[in-house]
Amino acid sequence: MTETAINPEIQKIRPPRNQWWDVWDQFKTHRGALIGAAFFIFIVLGVFIGPWLWTIDPTYIDIRARNSGPSWAHPMGTDQLGRDTFARMMAGGQVSIAVGLTAMTLSLLLGTAIGVLAGFFRRLDGPLMRFTDLFLALPLLPLLLVIILLFRDSLRAAFGPETGIFILIVFVIGITSWMQTARIVRGDVLALKEREFVLAARSIGTPPRRMITRHILPNVLSPIMVSATLGIATAIITESALSFLGLGFPSDFPTWGRLLYDSTDYLQQYPERVIWPGLAISLTVLSVNYIGDGLRDALDPRIRGR
Amino acid sequence: MKMKTTLMAAAAAFALAPMASAERGSDGQVNIIYWQAPSIMNPYLSGGTKDLEAASLVIEPLARYNQDGAMVPWLAQEVPTVENGGVSADLTSITWKLKEGLLWSDGTPVTSEDVKFSWEYCTADGGGCAQAEKYNDVVAVETPDELTVVVKFGVSKPFPYGPFVGAQAPIIQKAQFQDCLGPKAPECTEANFNPVGTGPFTVTDFRPNDVIQLAANPNYRDPAKPAFATVTFKGGGDATAAGRSVLETGEFDYAWNLQLAPEVLAGMQAAGKGQIISGFGTLVERIMVNMTDPSPELGDERGTAAHPHPFLSDIAVRKALSMAIDRELLVEIGYGDAGRVTCNVLPAPAIYASTANDACKVQDINGAKALLDEAGWVDSNGDGVREKDGVELRILYQTSTNAVRQDFQALIKQWWSEIGVETELRNIDASVFFGSDPGSPDTFQKFFADVEMYANNFDGTDPESYMANWACEQAPRPETQWQGNNMPRFCSEEYDALVAEMAQTGDINERARLVKAMNDMLMQEYVIIPLVDRGRVSAHSNTLGGVVLNTWDSELWNAADWHRVK
Repeated sequence: MTETAINPEIQKIRPPRNQWWDVWDQFKTHRGALIGAAFFIFIVLGVFIGPWLWTIDPTYIDIRARNSGPSWAHPMGTDQLGRDTFARMMAGGQVSIAVGLTAMTLSLLLGTAIGVLAGFFRRLDGPLMRFTDLFLALPLLPLLLVIILLFRDSLRAAFGPETGIFILIVFVIGITSWMQTARIVRGDVLALKEREFVLAARSIGTPPRRMITRHILPNVLSPIMVSATLGIATAIITESALSFLGLGFPSDFPTWGRLLYDSTDYLQQYPERVIWPGLAISLTVLSVNYIGDGLRDALDPRIRGR
Repeated sequence: MKMKTTLMAAAAAFALAPMASAERGSDGQVNIIYWQAPSIMNPYLSGGTKDLEAASLVIEPLARYNQDGAMVPWLAQEVPTVENGGVSADLTSITWKLKEGLLWSDGTPVTSEDVKFSWEYCTADGGGCAQAEKYNDVVAVETPDELTVVVKFGVSKPFPYGPFVGAQAPIIQKAQFQDCLGPKAPECTEANFNPVGTGPFTVTDFRPNDVIQLAANPNYRDPAKPAFATVTFKGGGDATAAGRSVLETGEFDYAWNLQLAPEVLAGMQAAGKGQIISGFGTLVERIMVNMTDPSPELGDERGTAAHPHPFLSDIAVRKALSMAIDRELLVEIGYGDAGRVTCNVLPAPAIYASTANDACKVQDINGAKALLDEAGWVDSNGDGVREKDGVELRILYQTSTNAVRQDFQALIKQWWSEIGVETELRNIDASVFFGSDPGSPDTFQKFFADVEMYANNFDGTDPESYMANWACEQAPRPETQWQGNNMPRFCSEEYDALVAEMAQTGDINERARLVKAMNDMLMQEYVIIPLVDRGRVSAHSNTLGGVVLNTWDSELWNAADWHRVK
């Protein structure tokens, strides 16, 4: 009888609130994640708003100012053709972050869909996993070459050289990097499927669609988050490798990866040129990793509140 | 008496002391690094420079080119000419005399049969000889005696020095290769990897695409040479690493073909272990202008003479593009001491170099603008790009992937934007761009772009076949499986007439006049925009002596004279 007396009191103390506040409360306790999130927002704002304030054209060549060190006119110095490194860093960041996020989203959607379907429906498991093996076994570079050869001209005609290449690169990176996510998700789904709460849900006649969205997906969120954060890093790096091979953006179109590759030849003379894009890539990737770590903790109801 | 012998012995010892250092094999080991690894030691089965040069340590031709591009006898006693009677008056036969007492590295004598066999080997049915063009028009090789070789041509050859001259056409041993003719040639791995040769070194261990170990040839014709007993020929890596291993760490003595930015090279040289050497040949970095329309809508007729280019067929546009370029700056940025400004597609040898086009050495942005205005190309809609009759000057500019080329693209794009021409840049992986695969749209032969940039040169010193590259029939097109060397698809009856005349002319001065006329026609039509006359850049350590950089033949042509500087 005492319980009934206490319950209304508790409800008075805790008004009903959105569960996302719980997630935020948990996220707040992860210091690395907070710093990571702050840094990531700073970088994103910096590269997208920065060019409004720092108006030097990143492709303008001022040949007399080439190879100059940091100064008020060029806070990060200039490259071997006298282009302003600071402006190029911001322009490059826009592209790299956009490519990273979009390609990551695409590969995540693909990987999760295939992983969940393969894990949940036994009949699809074999074909889908062999399909995954097929993609894992495909040599990446020839595949990229063929895709780019086939679609470059038509996309260029339809969307212009830069947007066309952007779509192509995001697509190419997305469809060649979903396999690991798919395998991890499938493994987790297979384990979850045997748990009591899934059995209980099934026994009351929950249709598979509800089962996946309500019970399976929230529980595989943590591995998905981890592969998402790793995916951004891979996407940024794959983009730079593609640019280097001449399959990516035009050579005068700065991205962080291209800046890094262009400066490796000058590593000894002008080490700062490698350090700026290298630092930007690694800090962005690190901050995204921390955000992912924090989100995983925050999204998992079993960890939340501990 | 005793005193006398002692004195004599002492005198002899003194006399021998300087001799000792010039003895064969006395300088120990030399390390050579080529950042492209040789895969075979037989130049007849490979077109790769790396393979030719590695093989040149072992097998040799009858004559080769020296550092000035002049021909010097090598296994032959002298270079035959019409004057000394070695070349017949009707220019259809040439008679070579082998040096006396030549031995193969296995101790057997070199005879005229071996020379004849080298021709048979390369021209055997069913064999894909990479150097077959060296033996063009040869109908017979006769061997009247052990030392005499007579090469007969089916037509009159004004320049009969194709067969058996230069690193591409060396003499191979008949005894070793006689069972390897035609289709069986690639199967003779042992012979292809360890050829018996006349050169200063012989192969002791060959690992394809990795390392070659060589030792001094015990039967080399000069008993005092080579000074090195063993050679390690390392392949692979990249130009930067190769440069460092010679100039900074001193692990290697010689590094080949270091195409790096001048400031990078200068930084390496500052370490003080070695020095950079450069030599100029005929290698010209140039922009090819497409005279045909490459737009994808044309389907199969894309890039063929059926559709002239919408704006590059106007000479005023081509000339303006050339005038807007500051070649001095390109040299400074990209090549430093290893490059020179050039206004000719054929900058050397000296007797063929024209001086009629030197105006291009100075950049003239205002002149280019005026020229475009005059020709009716004006920016009427204010978007910064000139147009005429609805055609905008928008250019797709392609080249291979290479840091220096991308810098050039960026610079040239900016200059062209100053004269109101918008440029889109594209770079293609070198193995695809130069790959000649008819299935790929990105090769330099297909040229599905408006302009493209690359470098090219020709072997040896005779430009006849090189200048014939721009005849109408040389244009790559679907009927030729997109093979051919006339990338701009330039076609002029006048030019073809000069090419035909060249093939009939033997007199050297007359040939020089024809070559200059052809060069000037190409330059004044602005179908080829020359940028930089590129030198070959290599590096050797400070302790390696006797290196003479040769751009006309193998860089290792005089490895017998290399020695250790003490």
